[in-house]
Amino acid sequence: MTLRNVLETKKINKYFFDPVKFQVLSDITFSVKQGEFVSVVGKSGCGKSTLLYILSTMDTDFEGELFINGEPLTNNSDKDLARIRNEYIGFVFQFHYLLNEYNVLKNVMIPGIKLAKYSYEEIEHRAMEHLRTLDMHSQALKSPNQLSGGQKQRVAIARALINDPLIVMGDEPTGNLDKKNSDMVFDIFNAIVQEKKQTMLIVTHDADFAQRTHRIIEMADGKIISETNTLHRRSAPTDITT
Amino acid sequence: MNISLILNIALNLIRARMKQSAIAAIGVTFGIAMFIALVSFMNGLNNLLDGLMLNRTPHVRMYNEIKPSAQQPITLSDNYTKSNNFISSIKPKDRGKEIYNSKSIIAVLKKDPRIVDVAPKVTAPVFFNSGTIEITGVVNGIDVPAEEHLFSVSSYIIDGNVFDLASVPNTIIIGKGLSEKMLVKIGDVIQITTLRGGLVSLKIVGISQIGIAEVDNTMSYTSLETAQMILGESAGYITDIQVKLTNVALAPAAAKEYRSRFSIDAIDAQTANSQFETGSKVRSIISYAVGITLLIVAGFGIYNILNMMIYEKMDSIAILKATGFSGSDVKWIFISLSLIIGITGGLFGLLVGFILTKIIGVIPFETASLPTIKTYPVDYKLAYYLIGISFAVFTTTIAGLLPARKASRIDPVEIIRGK
Ligand SMILES: Nc1ncnc2c1ncn2[C@@H]1O[C@H](COP(=O)(O)OP(=O)(O)OP(=O)(O)O)[C@@H](O)[C@H]1O
Ligand SMILES: [Mg+2]
Repeated sequence: MTLRNVLETKKINKYFFDPVKFQVLSDITFSVKQGEFVSVVGKSGCGKSTLLYILSTMDTDFEGELFINGEPLTNNSDKDLARIRNEYIGFVFQFHYLLNEYNVLKNVMIPGIKLAKYSYEEIEHRAMEHLRTLDMHSQALKSPNQLSGGQKQRVAIARALINDPLIVMGDEPTGNLDKKNSDMVFDIFNAIVQEKKQTMLIVTHDADFAQRTHRIIEMADGKIISETNTLHRRSAPTDITT
Repeated sequence: MNISLILNIALNLIRARMKQSAIAAIGVTFGIAMFIALVSFMNGLNNLLDGLMLNRTPHVRMYNEIKPSAQQPITLSDNYTKSNNFISSIKPKDRGKEIYNSKSIIAVLKKDPRIVDVAPKVTAPVFFNSGTIEITGVVNGIDVPAEEHLFSVSSYIIDGNVFDLASVPNTIIIGKGLSEKMLVKIGDVIQITTLRGGLVSLKIVGISQIGIAEVDNTMSYTSLETAQMILGESAGYITDIQVKLTNVALAPAAAKEYRSRFSIDAIDAQTANSQFETGSKVRSIISYAVGITLLIVAGFGIYNILNMMIYEKMDSIAILKATGFSGSDVKWIFISLSLIIGITGGLFGLLVGFILTKIIGVIPFETASLPTIKTYPVDYKLAYYLIGISFAVFTTTIAGLLPARKASRIDPVEIIRGK
């Protein structure tokens, strides 16, 4: 079975003009297949976050081509892009960005209500299930500001997963977590990849975390300098075969 | 667009900033309440004053005026058409004030569908004799049922009964000022001298008070027949034909039409009362101006709180956008937020305004000139409330639009990178 490309870029270049013209990304070309768990590493300031914002469709100011789920993303309206983010992409940022106006459960549900693929009750049920896998179901009715940092991050992960996105992108999602919580997040991501064939693209500074993913993309000065397949070091998961 | 979700988010943003939202809404409440109170009160006053004049003056009055001949002989000559003519040798001819053909004019008018009723009248200047002095005054010979129908004369007869004029011959109702000057009361007999010198004795059956001293000091009413008798005229003698139309707005056109049709002088109520019209307009303009000003101030309040909320909720807006809300979704969140504040404030404003007008409506307002008015006049009209709430919706939409556009343009990348 050949797995399709969930994400593909061709020669992405990006410049910043303020204060001086400066190329952040040069000729970024790579692809991610469905069910892959990819990590992106590199020195601080090498352009990882910038790349992720482009891949997530939030930043449209770049040169080159971007394909999500095989569809080219050029000249899409703000509405189309919002819809693509809502349906196909889940985000986890270093900072959690929960809405304090809503409780934990509702925070997880909002992207689902926005997509409106399922009924309210169904979304509520699914949100509860995601919280349960993250061991957060007992906190479902709390307000986000009553949670610890790690707990908030887990809620943000549940929110990223609510619409069963094709790909989950994370920008240092474990950056604020201790070893135990960081391991837990890794296990959850890994389980999603294994069980639901969803895809992960995670920017991380945690070498240990990166080593355990399927593939490591290393960046330096806005370029991809190496791609390392780590799967061969371990016994490949039975369902990731080509 | 998921309307209920957008409304829900707007409501939750308001709840998180309850105090400021309430203050912004109170601004709108205040503006709308003042607008309702002012407009209702001002229009109450307008109606009262209009009623004072308009209900007592005919929509169209037809009469014969003594005036110079329009065609002086020299203008008939072709030789001088381009010259400036200042010779007017033909003096006005006294055709008398009688309206010729009044019977047939009235008959034609009564068939006109625009006309509610027609009341013929005889007016004549007279002297009221009191001891050795003579007081100048006016006798109005009226067709009592018609006059009552058009102008409800009985409402300003403060003593006696207007219908006695019709049933008892040689009777008169005199103005309050006149009765006080002459020290006479109902049942007394007064003597009247006409301009031609005739002397008549009439029995007083009532006292009238219009509330305008000048009128009450000179005015008197008799029946048409009595007036004709005083003047020594025949039964067909009429000096005025008063007409009430179904709609006063038709008066100027009708007056113009009658003028040419009956070759008679005709004046419409608008022309006769132009100074009152101006007053009414000014009062309306003032109330709208004050209402709009207050609402603009309230609009700034809403604009402020929205800007503040957007500034505070940058992170929330960024995450909403990152998780699938488009710029226009975000814009609608803030517009509905503004509308919720505006409509809530506006509805309360209508309620407070209504209560205010109720309070104004019971404040005693007694004046000798307006015997039938006991409290301040208030005009309750649904239209004012509809205008009020539309104002509220309009200003809050405008006030919300700019901040909402700003919110819709927030770049989530900038916010997220900033952390
Ligand atoms: N808005 C901006 N204007 C100008 N330069 C910018 C802007 N945003 C980022 N940069 C620059 O672009 C480069 C890449 O930034 P980016 O945030 O992508 O780095 P990163 O790889 O994510 O680093 P880190 O690991 O520290 O998060 C940096 O040199 C940064 O200074
Ligand atoms: Mg970064």
